[in-house]
Amino acid sequence: MANEVGIITWISGPVVRARGSRHVGMLELVEVGQDRLVGEVIGLKGDQMTVQVYEETAGMQPGAPIYGTGLPLSVELGPGLIQSIYDGVQRPLPLIEQAVGSFITRGARFDSISREKKWKYTPKAKVGDEVKGGDVLGVAMETDTFEHRVMVHPDDAGTLTWVAAAGEYTVNDTIAKLKMGKEEKNVTMLQRWPVRRARPFVQRRGANIPLITGQRILDTFFPVAKGGAAGIPGPFGSGKTVTQHSIAKWADAEVIVYIGCGERGNEMTEVLQEFPHLVDPRSGRPLMERTVLIANTSNMPVAAREASIYTGITIAEYYRDMGYHVALMADSTSRWAEALREVSGRLEEMPAEEGYPAYLAGRLAEFYERAGYVDNLNGTQGSVSIVGAVSPPGGDFSEPVTQHTKRFIRCFWALDKSLASARHFPAINWLDSYSEYIEDVANWWREKVGKDWLGMRTKAMELLSEEARLSQIVKLVGPDALPYAERMVLETARLIREGILQQNATDAVDAYSSVEKQIRLLELVLYFHERGMAIVKRGAPINLIHDLPVVDTIIRAKSSVTNEEINKLDDIQKMIDEQMGQLDAEYR
Amino acid sequence: MSEATVLGGQEVVGVGRIEGPIMVVEGAANVSYDEVVDIQDSRGQHRRGRVLEVGEGFAVVQVFAGSTGLSIDGTRVRFLGDTLHMPVAEEMLGRIFDGLGNPIDGGPEPLTDVYRDVNGQPINPTARIYPRDYIQTGISTIDGVNTLLRGQKLPLFSGAGMPHDQLAAQIVRQATLGRLAGAPQTEGEEFAIVFAAMGVKNDVADYFRKSFTESGALTRVAMFLNLADDPPVERIVTPRAALTLAEYLAYDLGKHVLVVLTDMTNYGEALRQISNVRGEVPSRKGYPGYLYSDLASLYERTGRIRTSEGSITQIPILTMPNDDMTHPMPDLTGYITEGQIVLGRELYYAGVYPPVTVLPSLSRLMKDGIGKGRTRDDHPRWGAQLYAAYAKTQDIRALASVIGEEELSEVDQKYLKFGRAFEREFVNQAFTENRTIERTLEIGWKLLSMLPSKELTRVTLDEIKQYYKGDDATS
Repeated sequence: MANEVGIITWISGPVVRARGSRHVGMLELVEVGQDRLVGEVIGLKGDQMTVQVYEETAGMQPGAPIYGTGLPLSVELGPGLIQSIYDGVQRPLPLIEQAVGSFITRGARFDSISREKKWKYTPKAKVGDEVKGGDVLGVAMETDTFEHRVMVHPDDAGTLTWVAAAGEYTVNDTIAKLKMGKEEKNVTMLQRWPVRRARPFVQRRGANIPLITGQRILDTFFPVAKGGAAGIPGPFGSGKTVTQHSIAKWADAEVIVYIGCGERGNEMTEVLQEFPHLVDPRSGRPLMERTVLIANTSNMPVAAREASIYTGITIAEYYRDMGYHVALMADSTSRWAEALREVSGRLEEMPAEEGYPAYLAGRLAEFYERAGYVDNLNGTQGSVSIVGAVSPPGGDFSEPVTQHTKRFIRCFWALDKSLASARHFPAINWLDSYSEYIEDVANWWREKVGKDWLGMRTKAMELLSEEARLSQIVKLVGPDALPYAERMVLETARLIREGILQQNATDAVDAYSSVEKQIRLLELVLYFHERGMAIVKRGAPINLIHDLPVVDTIIRAKSSVTNEEINKLDDIQKMIDEQMGQLDAEYR
Repeated sequence: MSEATVLGGQEVVGVGRIEGPIMVVEGAANVSYDEVVDIQDSRGQHRRGRVLEVGEGFAVVQVFAGSTGLSIDGTRVRFLGDTLHMPVAEEMLGRIFDGLGNPIDGGPEPLTDVYRDVNGQPINPTARIYPRDYIQTGISTIDGVNTLLRGQKLPLFSGAGMPHDQLAAQIVRQATLGRLAGAPQTEGEEFAIVFAAMGVKNDVADYFRKSFTESGALTRVAMFLNLADDPPVERIVTPRAALTLAEYLAYDLGKHVLVVLTDMTNYGEALRQISNVRGEVPSRKGYPGYLYSDLASLYERTGRIRTSEGSITQIPILTMPNDDMTHPMPDLTGYITEGQIVLGRELYYAGVYPPVTVLPSLSRLMKDGIGKGRTRDDHPRWGAQLYAAYAKTQDIRALASVIGEEELSEVDQKYLKFGRAFEREFVNQAFTENRTIERTLEIGWKLLSMLPSKELTRVTLDEIKQYYKGDDATS
């Protein structure tokens, strides 16, 4: 087991220096001091080692021992991850609470995955099968409906010499024996993987299926593809967390990994208390049954915050390898970057921009590059999509974390303080945001929804940017100076903003919008525009159109028409026809 | 102060280097990181410090009272063997302490054998209860559109010279357990109040003391005072001492505790000072890179836990240097706290009290504490509608300043009227006025009724039927 590899010589916050063995490995997991706090070797120089400690170091003294483990910082992977809530280094928070009470004390050590719990297991491979890394040996039912595919460890390959019968097993029980060369290995449902190393796959595929989130401004206007990466930067109070929660609730991924990285404790509690009661619209099961939570709140040790991102992404990759679509939310990557900065500062490294270490961009790239839609080792396809929140100081997008993030994502959802102040939610600014996946996913819309999504989206974006241009003029001379045709653009743009872009996350009907409803709403608004434009061009005053009762009906349709009864939107189209028809007749 | 004082500890005579409030002590063995030290100067006076960094044979010590008068050879440093602990007791309510938690009201040391680490420990997120019970403050801009819940941290962002102290005093005086609109006003459960002053002027502390006395609250207030002329380094400990007591009152004794911290900007400056002296790599405006984590270690000591009836609600006050909300202190605070109440100079000059600038203000938890079964069914949409209408008013004002009010459309002119009335009747209220939640809702609907009903797209048609009293009301 762990043997003594050094003696502490210096302590400052989460950073400890020690003198000792030259055989300690870089990034090796070590245990620090008599309390055996978890730490990781982050620097070696001769017989000096620098260790970042994932727990509070108060009370520790120079002269205390450091124990080596010979292993890098790793996570445990196996059935039982889903519905768990872990801290940044995968310690199960509910067990810590049971053991030491409401406050997290140091040195609490628990298995990340329960060794006692039995899983209903069915073998899928048989004796004599040649298997390699990633191949599925059998399935364990992780929830009533979720199949956990037990795979061969990516580094292993060989011939199966024994296979367990169907039955109930713990993660410690042998479920197969694998002959690799001369040795025979007992395979269990549990495997370990170093968090800083991406899990292998065969090859990346193009990302051209949208991750449907039920959020109109995302799906219709700025879609992210499955296997893609998106960033949500925004000043405080602009709704980063609400947007992340909405995606975690409604995204059509099979597994959600939610990382609360240096954020509020109450927010994690909200997820914990809300998700078990919310129902996944696709599976009909509680949302918690597809969710893994990593909670390293702002007041928990800062080094563990740095690790939490890697813990989360490794778990996400593990489910991807089974052939699932996984969506990972990281709230907030800025707090993670600050953890890097804090540790870097204590190491007295030369700072680059705003005190951040020079390797910030590299670390961000490593993280976002672990997203992808891939061919797995076992022949299945799976994806990890990443949605990273960014918290720029003072809402200034020119700061290093936002700027470097922009280099590695292809979808940028810019939150806007002034929209949030006007309670326009989600406060995603449609002029500052972009998605590079639009062309890629257009085909999906054509095939699955059967409408010209790309054309309608382009038209709507044109109207919105036209509105922005006209608003500049309105600010100077007032709306009355504009010709009716241009005021018609303003009317329609308002309908797009209030009837489509605005979405109430707390309204039962409006919280999730099916793609069919989204596209039909957009179609209605554009139809209204077309009819109205024809009429005003013949000289009808704009206020007649503005005052049509159907305007209000269209704006309210998002919350009055449910996803199941979108044919009611046809009635609204009839209303448009009737009311516009009257005007049409008058001004013919 | 701590048990360790009695036990003694290792003593070192003479220090290696003194720089600002930091000194390097050499020749000490078995020193722990974050340990408390007792420092005796050449005249026999004692002061306290804390270990910031420790290596083989040396320790870097932060001296709370500052290093004035300490000499290289004449200073004796005693390492007390433990982190900073303080005594906590219910009897501390009604008492006044210095910034380190020592009584300064002439009374005795609190009699107790419960000592707690001032740094506290992080609350396990699984042990928390999500806040859902609202606090009625009697102030429309808070109860109506930025509702405060028990277990929430909601700072006041203000500027020098604005009446944030009055507003905080009014909240403390009027805060009661929220109830359904229309339910009879019962005697609200009273909050225990923990008040921490960091670097504030003597008259500010006096103002609060007087205000607590007048409202009869003094017996349930514990005051921790580090005034402007007290050593800045002590300020690092003051909020921690206050929160340590608050945690004991809330989680051990089951009380509802309201914590007022003022002024967080001074706290941040003390932190910056220490960081600079230590030669740490600064991030923005010279503040240390760990400012966010450090502030979080204070603000996150708020909330409710499952094993206790009690709660801690925090109202930190901070004056924004140059009224700049992007300054690191308000900025990082806003990222940690659950919203903010922003005071604005424009309203203040217009004679509006409290000058709460509604648009940038926010209560993140509001959605979970209002509405059906909590305040009134229409409350959430009513609030969103007021916000949207007032935001639109701002755009129209900008337009009016260019083209003149007369040129505005009829509807836009109604918005201007609405905006003025909103500030005069909804935002503005007397220092002594304690509005019920139904009164606040009523004023809001009266103002919304100044607009055509077609403009009100955030509320439902049924709500318009029930509450809207404007010209084009259907009934």
